[in-house]
Amino acid sequence: MDKAKADAYWKANITLIRNLLIVWAVVSYGFGILLVNVLNNIKFGSVPLGFWFAHQGSIIIFVILIFIYVSQMNKIDQQFDVHE
Amino acid sequence: MSVELWTWIIVLLTFGLYVGIGIWARVRETEGFYVAGRGVPPIANGMATAADWMSAASFISMAGLISTLGYDGTIYLMGWTGGYVLLALLLAPYLRKFGKFTVPDFVGDRYYSQTARVVAVVAAVFVSFTYVIPQLVGVGTVFARYLGVPSVTGLWVGVAVTALFAVLGGMKGITWTQVAQYTVLIIAYLIPAVAIASILTGNPIPQLALTFSDITARLNQLQVDLGFTQYTQPFQRFDMLNILLITACLMFGTAGLPHVIIRFYTVPTVKDARASAGWALLFIALLYTTAPAISVFARYNLINTLHGKTFEEVRQIDWVAKWEKTGLLRFVDKDNNGTITIAKGNAFKFIPGTTRPDVNNPDTTSANEVFINNDIIVLSTPEVAKLAPLIIALVAAGGLAAALSTASGLLIVISSALSHDLYYRIINPRASEGQRLLVARVGILLAVLIAGYFGQNPPGFIAQLVAFAFGLAASSFFPAILLGIFDKRTTREGAITGMIVGLVFTAFYIIGTSYFGMPRWFLGVSPEGIGTVGMLLNFVITYFVSRMTPEPPKEVQDLVESVRIPRGAKDAHYH
Repeated sequence: MDKAKADAYWKANITLIRNLLIVWAVVSYGFGILLVNVLNNIKFGSVPLGFWFAHQGSIIIFVILIFIYVSQMNKIDQQFDVHE
Repeated sequence: MSVELWTWIIVLLTFGLYVGIGIWARVRETEGFYVAGRGVPPIANGMATAADWMSAASFISMAGLISTLGYDGTIYLMGWTGGYVLLALLLAPYLRKFGKFTVPDFVGDRYYSQTARVVAVVAAVFVSFTYVIPQLVGVGTVFARYLGVPSVTGLWVGVAVTALFAVLGGMKGITWTQVAQYTVLIIAYLIPAVAIASILTGNPIPQLALTFSDITARLNQLQVDLGFTQYTQPFQRFDMLNILLITACLMFGTAGLPHVIIRFYTVPTVKDARASAGWALLFIALLYTTAPAISVFARYNLINTLHGKTFEEVRQIDWVAKWEKTGLLRFVDKDNNGTITIAKGNAFKFIPGTTRPDVNNPDTTSANEVFINNDIIVLSTPEVAKLAPLIIALVAAGGLAAALSTASGLLIVISSALSHDLYYRIINPRASEGQRLLVARVGILLAVLIAGYFGQNPPGFIAQLVAFAFGLAASSFFPAILLGIFDKRTTREGAITGMIVGLVFTAFYIIGTSYFGMPRWFLGVSPEGIGTVGMLLNFVITYFVSRMTPEPPKEVQDLVESVRIPRGAKDAHYH
């Protein structure tokens, strides 16, 4: 595998990881902790929204983030012809 | 049939199943023993990882703990799930491509240093031992509560069963046993949760009942009426900084725990390693999104059942009488009015140095007349929901499954650190396959016996030990492995200095503040969260020391290049 292609593959991987980790941090540390008091002024269903992110929402989003990573990486692997 | 008879039947059936799987899965070569022959399908590995991860504490204690913490319980909910995103994106695929047996393997090879390998072995053994002790204590407790068997006998029965399938089947036996154990524990957790959700809210799905029925609003109102703050009110037990740091420490610690990391060595391909992290978190989330619902239901139900009622009245209720007899539920009539008051504060003073109530010493500074051990919250749900004895028996089997599955995953780490990393990679690299397998089996047997001994005579500071394990994993392994993959320039000197500084700083702060009355001098951070600071320190030091020392040799840089490319994982075991 030539160096330019390997670098491009690694860059695509890093970009995807960065974007997903931004969402990861925003929903957990952001919505669940730092902004919890602000979001608690809004109701989701019948619970305060910040509380919902801290006790339910972020966990659900964590699961979704991993499956997005899996499917996107499978595509990137194919595209750069490094799949198994 | 009685609950006790049902419990015997279910426990014997499940234990028979675990041993049967161990015999079926027995292995003849080290690759089978350490990494299950790399033949585990991703969904099965997800289930095994989930069982491995969820301990006796997750199953029995967590929902109860959250019901007293309210919002602040998020440290466990987000902290013990968020690390899987880090594992899936940052570690698992690359470690699978690396394709050896253990975490010290990676640290030793990547940092071209036997010193780094030894540091990793010591940290892996210490982290895993601190963790395995509470698991075996948990096994004994379940036996004692449900079967009236002395907890020491119960503990050794659990040890014997674990030893049998682990020695015969190694990682392969452990993996398939964990798949069965996950099935038992999740069924046992969900049935009572669904029943109690239906009874209290009319909605059988606990997550939806929590969010969309008015149960949380009713609980908030009830708490305010009794002089508590609202259940959903943040930052009651910890301030914002501590919630942030503790949550982060548990997340990064998760991603640095050897018994979780090695599960990703067992799948056939890099693609499967990524996918199995997703399955693992999905299976974990089933329990972790149900737990906070149980917390709300149980707290609401307890207050409603007990507050303002007479003592005679509540002692008519079966589960109240039963748990009062075990001492996990205690009443005291402080105002001699014959009715129960639930209020802020403690019913009894604690026996010094423990969390057990001193029943002869009511705490007169509070009007509260009820002591509730957190473990009751989960253990009593089937009885509160008036479910059949069969289900109560299933909850006992679920608790045992959770404890045994975690214990076996930890024991394989201890055994492989001693027999693979220490014996084969350092002491006797010429050992034959047969010798290595024999040493591995003896290693796991020794690990089980030593852990059993400590389970029988647990040190008095188990709770802090768990915080210690996470802090240590976060401040040592996580930065070393992450930089090993993502930064080619990280050198042996950088990684070793970083790990040692991270470890020493974290250990010093935890031990100092917990046992020697050292003030929490770092911004008032509690010992549970200091691992995050230790980790940042490790990152900074590793980075700068690496830039000041000669760059890693060519073959190490090639190794880093190779772990970044998925293709070839199947035949890259020995390079």
